[in-house]
Amino acid sequence: MTTATAPAGPAFISPKQRRPGVVLLLGAWGQARTKIGLGLVILLVGCALIGPLFAPADPTEFVAAPFAEPSADALFGTDNLGRDVLSRFLWGGRSVLSLAILSTLIGVSLGVAIGLVAAYARNVLDDVLMRTMDVILAFPQIVLALVAVATVGPKLWLLVLVVGITTAPRVARVVRGAALDVVERDFVRAAEGIGVSRNKILFGEVLPNVTSPLVVEASLRLTFSIALISALSFLGFGLQPPAADWGLMINENRLGLEIQPWGVVLPVTAIGLLTIGTSLIGDGFSRASIGIQRGARAE
Amino acid sequence: MNTPALEHGGPVVEVDGLRVDVVEQGFDIVDEISFQIDAGEVLGLVGESGSGKTTVGLTLMGHTRRGARIARGRILIEGRDILKLRPSELRALRGRTVSYVPQDPASALNPALRIGTQLEETLSAHEFGSSRAERRERLDEMLDEVLLPRDQRFLARYPHQLSGGQQQRVGLAMAFSCRPSVIVLDEPTTGLDVTTQAHVLDTVRDLCSVHRIAALYVSHDLAVVSSLASRVAVMYAGRIVELGPRHELYHAAAHPYARRLIEAIPEISGRHALAGIPGTAPRPGHRSSGCFFTPRCTYAVEQCGREFPPVERVGDDHEVRCYRHDDVLAEATRDRKPAQALGAVAPEEGVIAADRITASYGEREVLHDVSLAVQPQECLALVGESGSGKTTLARCISGLHRDFTGELRLRGEHLAPGARARTLKMRQEIQYVFQSPYGSLNPRRTVGQIVGQPLKLFFDFRRRETEARVLAVLERVAMSPSIADRYPDQLSGGERQRVAIARALVCKPSLLICDEVTSALDVSVQAAIVELLRALQQDMGLTMLFVTHNLPLVRSIAHRVVVMSEGRIVEVGPADRVLDAPEAEYTQKLLANTPTLEAVA
Amino acid sequence: MSRTPETDAVEPVQSEPSLIAPVSAEAAVSTDPLTAGFLSETGTALPRRHRRPRVFRGITGFIVRRTLLGVLTLFVASIIIFAATQALPGDPARAILGRTATPESLAALREQLNLDRPVVGQYWDWLSGVVRGDLGDSLVAGQPVTELLGSRIVNSAFLMFISALISVPLAILIGTVSARRRDGPIDHALSVVTLALAALPEFVVGIAFVVLLGTTVFTVLPPVSLIPPGSPPWNYPKELILPTLTLVVAVTPYIARIMRASMVEVLESEYVEMARLKGLRERKVVWRHALPNAIAPTIQVTAINLAYLAGGIVVVEFVFAYAGIGAALVDGVANRDIPIVQAVSLLIAGVYVVLNLIADVATILVSPRVRTTLR
Repeated sequence: MTTATAPAGPAFISPKQRRPGVVLLLGAWGQARTKIGLGLVILLVGCALIGPLFAPADPTEFVAAPFAEPSADALFGTDNLGRDVLSRFLWGGRSVLSLAILSTLIGVSLGVAIGLVAAYARNVLDDVLMRTMDVILAFPQIVLALVAVATVGPKLWLLVLVVGITTAPRVARVVRGAALDVVERDFVRAAEGIGVSRNKILFGEVLPNVTSPLVVEASLRLTFSIALISALSFLGFGLQPPAADWGLMINENRLGLEIQPWGVVLPVTAIGLLTIGTSLIGDGFSRASIGIQRGARAE
Repeated sequence: MNTPALEHGGPVVEVDGLRVDVVEQGFDIVDEISFQIDAGEVLGLVGESGSGKTTVGLTLMGHTRRGARIARGRILIEGRDILKLRPSELRALRGRTVSYVPQDPASALNPALRIGTQLEETLSAHEFGSSRAERRERLDEMLDEVLLPRDQRFLARYPHQLSGGQQQRVGLAMAFSCRPSVIVLDEPTTGLDVTTQAHVLDTVRDLCSVHRIAALYVSHDLAVVSSLASRVAVMYAGRIVELGPRHELYHAAAHPYARRLIEAIPEISGRHALAGIPGTAPRPGHRSSGCFFTPRCTYAVEQCGREFPPVERVGDDHEVRCYRHDDVLAEATRDRKPAQALGAVAPEEGVIAADRITASYGEREVLHDVSLAVQPQECLALVGESGSGKTTLARCISGLHRDFTGELRLRGEHLAPGARARTLKMRQEIQYVFQSPYGSLNPRRTVGQIVGQPLKLFFDFRRRETEARVLAVLERVAMSPSIADRYPDQLSGGERQRVAIARALVCKPSLLICDEVTSALDVSVQAAIVELLRALQQDMGLTMLFVTHNLPLVRSIAHRVVVMSEGRIVEVGPADRVLDAPEAEYTQKLLANTPTLEAVA
Repeated sequence: MSRTPETDAVEPVQSEPSLIAPVSAEAAVSTDPLTAGFLSETGTALPRRHRRPRVFRGITGFIVRRTLLGVLTLFVASIIIFAATQALPGDPARAILGRTATPESLAALREQLNLDRPVVGQYWDWLSGVVRGDLGDSLVAGQPVTELLGSRIVNSAFLMFISALISVPLAILIGTVSARRRDGPIDHALSVVTLALAALPEFVVGIAFVVLLGTTVFTVLPPVSLIPPGSPPWNYPKELILPTLTLVVAVTPYIARIMRASMVEVLESEYVEMARLKGLRERKVVWRHALPNAIAPTIQVTAINLAYLAGGIVVVEFVFAYAGIGAALVDGVANRDIPIVQAVSLLIAGVYVVLNLIADVATILVSPRVRTTLR
């Protein structure tokens, strides 16, 4: 058995490279904004998750007069019914966070599946799927949510469902767009040529190559979901009183803004910082993926 | 009207000690670049990808791509150092005294503006002519010169409504419009088919000689350059390693790289052994001290690794940068080695038979009633220009294209149109290697996983057996086993293509279809891959269908040739016969228009 | 020289020209492209035997097709709204009024909403009413919905209008400046600011403004925008400032980021480089070569974000107690006032669809490449 020609050359082989996914993570981590974003998110998630352990009082307990100024009993004063603002704040993050994360997960999973299938089908199925998505997209997310609440009532599972379903088309669009590019590439043709099954191609060949835009879109959707869920709570359609919820707190304590702003300022700042944090992380990924693309093109 | 007048006797273009480096990290892209061009002369600047030739071309207009800057040197155009000009003076220079013809006219033309607007604005920006009527006249003149229609309707079109050839002519017209003294042409015929390319080259040659324009023709294609340029400069890893008169360079190059490069070019006149150059050129930032070609050079001695060789004269107007140039020249202007004749192939039952295939893309019919047979153990070349249908035919055979009528048979058995409809065995027997090494490997998988994928599908081996086979086939294609852990992004184009070939060979197919597998590669790499394929074909008795538009390449690899044009077979026959004495008119025309090194005598 | 001018046949057009100059992920904002789906039908090379009837050809044909598609979407949206509010399994009357409803109120509601008729009939009644202009009566106030919403529509429209008027030019300006000075300090600063502002929910922005300017830090502006019903909103500028400011802050960052991304893409394109190599003045390069190519994606995003305004007013009006349709929707939902909910959501969906239609058509008109390949 003769070897064809001289070996392919001296050892220009670069050292073992990290997996592409890891490269993206490291690239994102390298940005200052990702670190800041991550810090904010960890801070607030921590607040939401373990906050209740530090709450000085029970969130439904009356500790002083309504809208009382900050005092030793109530470090940030009391709310519209005389409950401790700090305690209610420390308890109030869980619902927003869990609902938002859950609905984002649902929306992203659905969206990925639909987007991939549509991109690969490129025929009637693609049209049908995308037209359906278009119809859901004909409404602002909040309007659909409100319509649903109008009939069924402010049920938490409904919020998760509606936010998830309205998130899916937006994710599907992005995934489909990215996948269309990938589907045209020759390695997909090569897999088809040897007869790899459709599903294996979609999830084995195509999906790993759309992770960058997917991650960016997912963090964007998380930001939106947090905004939407907290807005719905703010409007009174999330957790019902007397439960402690950041969105609800903001609305409840609005009346007393001129007297005692903390009941509003604390939760508002928390939600604001949380959304800024997730957004920064998403942007970090976005820049990292562009950096990777640019690096690849320069070769 | 201003005519390009030389204020001083001497070369129109004079570049001295030019260095361009990367702004952020400071390492050089090109350095120590020096050359001259006289009025009416065409200097060819030749190099493979990464050599920096485009960078040099752009500097003649005082321009660099984003992230790069001109660090050192002088560039004299008509006696003025353009690097010392103020921005407004530089702007006045561009388009007026020095023009640029871009490589890809499709992206260089603004998609939102009409052709007429874009043609005209160079003239008005430089206030060419004293009135609109004069400019209009000049515009008409330009269009005639590049053989484009003069009428208003044509000028009202948008770039996407023009063919590739027309777009390139518009690019030429824009460049020649203000009667510049210097023109930089950056591979302007890439992507054009051979006939259009021939027209464009003729136009450029005529315009330059008639108007005494100094031209720098940047290209990777030596054959094309040889038809235009009187002198040629060869670049390697950002340096000019040899510069001399065309015929001297081609027949007696003094630099090892230049010589190897010329030996790598397939020639249409006879069957030559193609020799590739192993390894890859060092990219900016990875260049060590000493001569950059040392690791790949067969003449290298210790001195070569210490310091980059200085410029030395080896003849009239012929310079080289090599310590061993005497030995290189002494190795006689050897003629290209004739390759071993390809073994004769007995005509038998064809491995693949295609019978009256008519294929379409949607409504458009691209193959009309095509029939052919591939004999066992032969390499059949499928040749044609873009649009001839050769790739479509190859895809039909491999099961990647289903929209056709007619019959396909594998050793007498009927082949279903799509790959999915075929049996496992049939899919295993026909393997395909794609054109673009950059798109045919999944960037998220390692080489080992990519090559092993067909094994997993077709056979039921244990992991150890799979690994062993993968490593064996990688060795077959001359790749080190450690490559199995790498990701495709870490490999060069040639290496990727070897991986693609390995993937195709790992399950021991009966038929290997190679679809333009070298078109996206540099000449030296192309030569290596073609040699690899030829050796594999001979050693393994592989039956091969080799699709290409590059006629000269056919000689080096194929037993028989099928020539296609516009969806039909135009000529079939043994490679030697078809290329030496073509019978079909189309084949004759194709051969006539193919640029060759032979023209350099 | 006996060659004749080349009159090559025009190459067959590509089947799907990309309309949206690929906006890189740099914007970190999804363009929420409602339109992209509609646009996918443009420029498809049609097989000859399916040549469209005259009314559907060319640009006017495209507009006609696109409008019909919009009407269809609206139609389907109305079905969804109706199904979500009245066509649910079980007893809608009971669901709406709750468990404490008396038999009389249930009966009254059933009669009012025609719940005894088959569902399709109900839908038809409702739809024909909508088309006629009769949106039913409010369950809470008893008055016709059209009366209640009339002045509110004017209020909301005006609010959206001035918000759009301010945010669009502002965003284009910010985007262009960032692109011209990309990677410089100004660009970085603007990038971070727009990113942060884009992330915030509108009610957070609104409340923040109330705290900053209305109640706590400064008290220069009214924290609520109470406009007497029936009077035109433009007579009360002070009340309008905060809601407008909130909407502007909600929408401008998105448009600015996309504008920057598409401008950067264009400025780094080969044809812009070529224009510079031809020796054109920088100003000409930007205005004549760069800008026209950056406009198409900008129109898209602008329209989409203006449509987003239609959803944004829901929360913003609630925050400021502004008498618009958004606030009416929230009240309607809280009170289970179904006709109001149906009417407002249909209205907002209509605004969405119309704005996207305008975006699609405008984009076509602005891109020569697609315009000339339409069949």
